[in-house]
Amino acid sequence: MIPATPYSATAKLAHWLIAALILAAFPLGLYMHELSLSPEKLRLYSYHKWIGMTVLLLFMPRLLWRLVRPPPALLPGPAWQLKLAEATHWLLYLLMAAVPLCGWLMSSAKGFQVVYLGLVPLPDLVGKDQALGTLLADLHSSLAWALMVLIVVHAAAALKHHLIDRDDTLRRILPFVKLPSGDTRP
Amino acid sequence: MISPRIAGVAVLLLAGAAQAVEFNQVQPEKTKLVFTSKQMGVPVDGGFGRLTGQIRFDPAEPSAASARLEIDLSSIDAGSAEATEEVVGKQWLNVKAFPTAGFQSTSVKALGGDRFEAVGQLTIKGQTRELTAPFTFKQEGAAGVFDGVFVLKRLDFGIGEGTWSDVSTVANEIQIKFHVVAASQHENVLQPH
Repeated sequence: MIPATPYSATAKLAHWLIAALILAAFPLGLYMHELSLSPEKLRLYSYHKWIGMTVLLLFMPRLLWRLVRPPPALLPGPAWQLKLAEATHWLLYLLMAAVPLCGWLMSSAKGFQVVYLGLVPLPDLVGKDQALGTLLADLHSSLAWALMVLIVVHAAAALKHHLIDRDDTLRRILPFVKLPSGDTRP
Repeated sequence: MISPRIAGVAVLLLAGAAQAVEFNQVQPEKTKLVFTSKQMGVPVDGGFGRLTGQIRFDPAEPSAASARLEIDLSSIDAGSAEATEEVVGKQWLNVKAFPTAGFQSTSVKALGGDRFEAVGQLTIKGQTRELTAPFTFKQEGAAGVFDGVFVLKRLDFGIGEGTWSDVSTVANEIQIKFHVVAASQHENVLQPH
């Protein structure tokens, strides 16, 4: 059996922190969108934007970390699964940056500057343009749904490895789990 | 040598230039009233499309000046379709009951240079408050241009009631900028006394 190498502590932290932020921002986005205009709606929109900008802020160091410290090799499996896993990971990276970036662009186009945490005004990426704003809103929504589908595929695959293959694929990204080198599950 | 004719024209022009010029023809299409509100710390720009008024202003004699402006509140643009629809409603401007807002000056004084200050009564949503608005005046051709900024506290006028009175979401302070263009009546300009 192949010994499983865990992810670095930094990679684990980045993975779960960003996962938590994305999983909070998505339902928040769905919910706030349906509200009629109220102070609560304005607050929730701001929180949603702040979460998104935090994901974007964490994305760059996370990507750099992955390039500088490549993750441990995938555990062996059928070639198509390895290819699919690889593709899913890179698509997840692409979308975790594209979704908030698109949201930022959309906010600019709709004439609402993003003020991070209510304190730091971020530059408007495009000028006010309602038609562009509507287009970007659709794109933001589509990309967010695509991200959710990928996250479900990603999580389902991890669970399949854990529950069916009974290997260390999930365990090696879990926090507070020590994998004794060479430890392999049956 | 300066010919008597040229000297005569020069004297006439000087007399014309020193002549009191009253700017009193408000040009609505060049006049702008815009505002910036803050929502969760985010500045949001809006404005009014229709504004009428009567102004009498002679920079040489500001104490004799007067201004009366009327704003058609249904012409508001609050920065987004959703916000525009909301602010004409009862809790905000209640435009159905109070279709216009008005300003009537009570005094104007010079602050030095091209700066002046107007004091007057501002009426919005049935409530009247005293307003002090500093402004600059510049003559551009035959037109006088008045530019000023002041801060309006929306709750003074009951703008945003109920849950909207929470100023941590929409700030109480609304910055209002006005740019009023008024022409002088042309026949007054060079008319020698």
